Amino acid sequence: MKLIIAYIQPESLNDVKQALLKENIAKLSVVNALGCGHQLGYTEQYRGVVSEVNLLKKVRLEIAVNDDYLEKTLDVLIETARTGHIGDGKIFVVDLLDCIRIRTGERGKEAIG
Amino acid sequence: MRTWKVIFVLVLLFFGFLTAAFVKEARQGGKENLGAPEETPIEKCVEGFFQILSLSSPLYAEETPSLSTDSPEGEAGSAAEDSPETEDDAVSENRAGLNNLWVLIATFLVFFMQLGFMLVEAGFSRAKNAVNIMMKNVIDFAVGSLAFFVVGFGLMWGLDKCGFCGTRYFLPTSADVFKVNPELGWTFFLFQSVFCATSATIVSGAMAERTKFTSYLIYSLVISALIYPIFGAWTWGGGWLGRLGFHDFAGSTVVHSVGGWLALAGAATLGPRVGKYSADGRVNAIPGHHILMGALGVLFLWFGWFGFNPGSTLAVNSSIGYIAVTTNLAAAAGAVSAMVLASLVYGVSDATMTLNGILAGLVAITAGCDVVSPLGAILIGAMAGCLVIGSLLFIDRVLKIDDPVGAISVHAVCGTFGTICTGLFAADGTGLFYGGGTKFLLIQLLGAGIALVWALSFGFILFQAIKRTVGLRVSRHEELRGLDIEEHGMQAYPNFDTWTTV
Repeated sequence: MKLIIAYIQPESLNDVKQALLKENIAKLSVVNALGCGHQLGYTEQYRGVVSEVNLLKKVRLEIAVNDDYLEKTLDVLIETARTGHIGDGKIFVVDLLDCIRIRTGERGKEAIG
Repeated sequence: MRTWKVIFVLVLLFFGFLTAAFVKEARQGGKENLGAPEETPIEKCVEGFFQILSLSSPLYAEETPSLSTDSPEGEAGSAAEDSPETEDDAVSENRAGLNNLWVLIATFLVFFMQLGFMLVEAGFSRAKNAVNIMMKNVIDFAVGSLAFFVVGFGLMWGLDKCGFCGTRYFLPTSADVFKVNPELGWTFFLFQSVFCATSATIVSGAMAERTKFTSYLIYSLVISALIYPIFGAWTWGGGWLGRLGFHDFAGSTVVHSVGGWLALAGAATLGPRVGKYSADGRVNAIPGHHILMGALGVLFLWFGWFGFNPGSTLAVNSSIGYIAVTTNLAAAAGAVSAMVLASLVYGVSDATMTLNGILAGLVAITAGCDVVSPLGAILIGAMAGCLVIGSLLFIDRVLKIDDPVGAISVHAVCGTFGTICTGLFAADGTGLFYGGGTKFLLIQLLGAGIALVWALSFGFILFQAIKRTVGLRVSRHEELRGLDIEEHGMQAYPNFDTWTTV
């Protein structure tokens, strides 16, 4: 079991969600995030005062998958979130110790799927 | 859902009852409501109606429709020479002052509609474009005011030997404006300015969320300086359509249809927003970010309409109350019919459809608000409320033209519908339902058709020209990120969590 944590551009969220659904990956959490990376920032202007905005708006996806779904999910994420510009985001994959579905008490593989 | 079906039947019965009452009224030639039929000027008829109900005060009732009264003090020197006859008694001076005061109040109400448009459009589009919408609505009034002063007013009201458009009164002086309207003068000029701005600002809603700001500035300059004033000259400025007998009291066609057809040309040239239509042809909803704000805008517009329609009398007389009543009834009927129909189709009382129904009723009644009976106003409003829903779905799903706020359906379709309805419902004996024959109806059809051809063809040429030169649309990246940051360098809601709404 793996936990995929992906930071993507907010505007690609809809495409990513639709593409994941098409691959039958329907369980995900979405959290708003602020972050900075290689993209640097942009300047905002408020009543003539220029301010550098360094923390950019991103969306954090958390998807728990069984091992056989891992590559498929990563492919979809990369394919739909990539525009080729700096700022497309990053994906982290970490090992997942356990997963419990609260309603039924199922654990592990069954609870994810 | 069952409750809605019951309500639908009740509303249907209610409107059926009103229709029956209307048919009865029409058979009698509208005599009951509109006083003696042999008095041809409609204001007289309407005044007669109020005199029967003894609502009209003696001062207004004695008023003559002639405009040849005193000009206001201060401008009297230049203007008095132009007036064919001057009455010196205090009564007429009071009357001129009252007329100026009322038309100015109406002008300010019509200005207030600008706020309404801004809030409707901002509320029904996404948070990332709110500053852009606000800027468009603010700046098109500013640009339009200047353009209308420099060119527009002359084109619209300076008809001379050239019958196509006006050729004098550019950069008008006091002498000019009092020549156009000896009594109201500058009041009249300002009233015309805010009407022009209303027409111009309709388009921004249909082109929201994807139009380049500079291109929009060019467009708003052209509509205020050319498109609206020239069509206005044909109808209100003494041009050929007006002389044919085309009746558009406050601008269903002149203001709303012209703006609405331009909106159609603009939205069609631009193409849909990213994400509106999927590759497989599926239609996606892109919900607005602030429905309360949209509702506030609609109510502001309803409020402003009490200046838009009743103010178009250009005088204080008892017909302003009558016109306010027909205006209000049509809006109310539009709201009810749109709400009930939407509830029946979707199973819930859809707020955006109801709000659009209000606007549909208001736009539709604008052409005939002075000549239709209150019953006729209710029927026009109710039909417009249904029509706007059909039109919204048709444009969205069949034509696949992306109109974020429904400006095309509300202003172009319902404006045209209201203009034609005036030919059917005019209770002064000219309407088809009152035995007036088809002549007036055909003239109304012609006028509505001319507006369509004029605005659509001019619009397509204009927007194509802008597209080929400076570009009409922002880049995909900019559109996805939001026009606020890219065009204006700021966000509308920097302290709020808005960015997952794509």
